[in-house]
Amino acid sequence: MRSSDGHIFVLLLPLLVIAGFALIALVDRRQGRVTGPGFFARNGVGIGLYLLLAVSFWALLVIVLPQLFMVEMAFRPKLPPAATGGPRDVYTLENFRYFLYGSTTSTAAWNVTHLTAFWKTIVASILVTAGNFLLCYPLAFYMAQMAKAARVRLLLLLLIAPYWVNEVLRAFAFRVILGTSGVLNKLLLGAGLIDAPVDFLGLDVGLYAGLSYAYLLLMIFPLYNAIESLDGRLIEAARDLGAPWWRIHKDIVIPFAKPGIASGCTLVFMLTSGALAAPLVLGGPRSLWFTPIVYDRFYQAFNWPQGSAYAFILLLTCVAFVLAVLRLGKLSLGEITR
Amino acid sequence: MTEAVELANLTVRFGDFTAVENANLRIQAGEFFSFLGPSGCGKTTILRTISGFIDPTEGAVRIGGQDMRGVGANQRPTALIFQSLALFPMMSVADNVGYGLRVRGVAKALRDRKVDELLNVVALGDQGGKQVDELSGGQRQRVAIARALAVEPQVLLLDEPLSALDLKLRQHMRNELRAIQRRVGITFIYITHDQGEALTMSDRIAVMNQGRIEQVGDGRTVYDAPDTGFVASFVGETNAIPGRITATADGEAALETPLGVLRGRNPQTLPVGTAAQLYVRPEMLLPDPTTPENRLSATVEDHAYEGNLTHLACRAAGLRLTVLLGARDRRAPPASGASIALGFAAGDARVLPVA
Ligand SMILES: Nc1ncnc2c1ncn2[C@@H]1O[C@H](COP(=O)(O)OP(=O)(O)OP(=O)(O)O)[C@@H](O)[C@H]1O
Ligand SMILES: [Mg+2]
Repeated sequence: MRSSDGHIFVLLLPLLVIAGFALIALVDRRQGRVTGPGFFARNGVGIGLYLLLAVSFWALLVIVLPQLFMVEMAFRPKLPPAATGGPRDVYTLENFRYFLYGSTTSTAAWNVTHLTAFWKTIVASILVTAGNFLLCYPLAFYMAQMAKAARVRLLLLLLIAPYWVNEVLRAFAFRVILGTSGVLNKLLLGAGLIDAPVDFLGLDVGLYAGLSYAYLLLMIFPLYNAIESLDGRLIEAARDLGAPWWRIHKDIVIPFAKPGIASGCTLVFMLTSGALAAPLVLGGPRSLWFTPIVYDRFYQAFNWPQGSAYAFILLLTCVAFVLAVLRLGKLSLGEITR
Repeated sequence: MTEAVELANLTVRFGDFTAVENANLRIQAGEFFSFLGPSGCGKTTILRTISGFIDPTEGAVRIGGQDMRGVGANQRPTALIFQSLALFPMMSVADNVGYGLRVRGVAKALRDRKVDELLNVVALGDQGGKQVDELSGGQRQRVAIARALAVEPQVLLLDEPLSALDLKLRQHMRNELRAIQRRVGITFIYITHDQGEALTMSDRIAVMNQGRIEQVGDGRTVYDAPDTGFVASFVGETNAIPGRITATADGEAALETPLGVLRGRNPQTLPVGTAAQLYVRPEMLLPDPTTPENRLSATVEDHAYEGNLTHLACRAAGLRLTVLLGARDRRAPPASGASIALGFAAGDARVLPVA
């Protein structure tokens, strides 16, 4: 199959899926499995049409098609413009081969740099997510169950306000704090706690701190929402039955908030592993995050197919990981989006 | 008898608001004790103070003779049944009942046996595997009771546990609760704003109003010999006739009222000249009286036949009076607008200060 056919396929695929669902809906209605007023009857023709168009525009043009094109591109070779559509424009696994072996043709040696960066990124993302959870859970619990309404509003404002600042600027702020001549080193030196400046950035402290901070809100809010809907009487009931505080969290709050926890962790994990600004700004010379490598494929190597393949690998691995963890926690995807 | 719970000069304030004021009370071990009072009078606050969720502003709570200051809710020998039950939705029925034992580190085998036993006590023997939301209201109620009994509390605290149930189920559960209490023999402290419930179930009742305990006594005392006007009118129906005391003698007082001079018992020995109210129960107001004392005439405004009795709404000198006629009274009830002669014995009426 040549690439032009591939494009047609990519364009048709979502339409086919939509048509399939429409057909199922139609059959259900015909056979009386679904009754009651239909979509247009419920919303009126005007709003119904608008919803239909807006949602399909958003979903197709903004989400589905770019992703599909990226996936399609991942399986094509890098060719000069003149050669596109030519005899060499066929589907290939060479971009994936490059990821594994550092060469589009040979499989003699592993691509150690990229593979290491990849696994380091995944593991570090897991750690950042876990750290983020540990950081946010007590705060979310405090806000959701203990604090008065006015205090909660203040805390929310304090949490949100820093995010009005651009993500890149926030990352640079960490440089200002953590750099060798940064605020923290000056303080520590001034207090006589250290003799020479500590290279926090080189030690990746900056990277992890920046990454944790970048998506803090996406952990706080699902946790807060989940814990907030827990009836405080359940906590009291557990206490009354003799449970110490840590058992109340283990037996009551966390099981109840599981969907929120899963939702927050999923968001933070996916975004952390795909973060670009923080690693670019805060990564030390020796830290290799995977996303800057993907970025380089596109804009330094001008190898879009390879960049697509790398992005695809990252996405796929993360999705697989998240699904596996959800499976272990006996949660369905539907539950975490409640 | 030993004291299960003692409240000593207990005061609870929320900011400037006093929810419980200077409560003094000794509840005996094995007693079925009720707090009765209108909404917002501080019943739940007292219960939560006993169970350790609220600290007394002043005074003390003692359980089994021990001061509970500094003892956390999870370390008190009490178990609370919440107004909303607060069953754990993330656990099965059996796990709910066994939770208190689990946090105490009771081994699984022993725990399972205990849970089975308790589920049988509350007649839910075969429901242990179900989820909480698969149960009916009455069944959930019983799960909550079993869960609280599982930790073998010295005192079981129940906060209007039957208020969410329909009338039939409520009556059934009343008997059930009373039976359970007799079987396990522990102290029950029961909150309700339903006087019928308090009267039928309790050994003793504390009637509360606006944070104060107005009277403590068994049902008969509270009903027949109310200490205050509030108790007289909150527990059961009553007729209140205002007036001024003109004479006192032999524990009785004569009251100058719009209906003439009426006599009643004077339990607080109010002196002559005091503005007071005379309270007399509708069933004590007899038509066509034979007694010479306390006679009055009224106009019948309405009557409601209820099978076993008939309610008469009357009016005399601008005061509304309610009269209850028993089913034994075979006479046809007087028609609306008719005049009726009423009377009551002085021993059946109480003269109390204006509330
Ligand atoms: N945490 C609190 N902060 C401030 N005021 C409170 C608090 N808890 C209770 N109150 C007030 O104390 C009073 C007594 O409340 P409580 O819950 O004890 O009433 P209750 O007798 O149980 O009423 P009900 O029959 O409606 O349950 C009420 O006026 C209530 O508004
Ligand atoms: Mg209450």
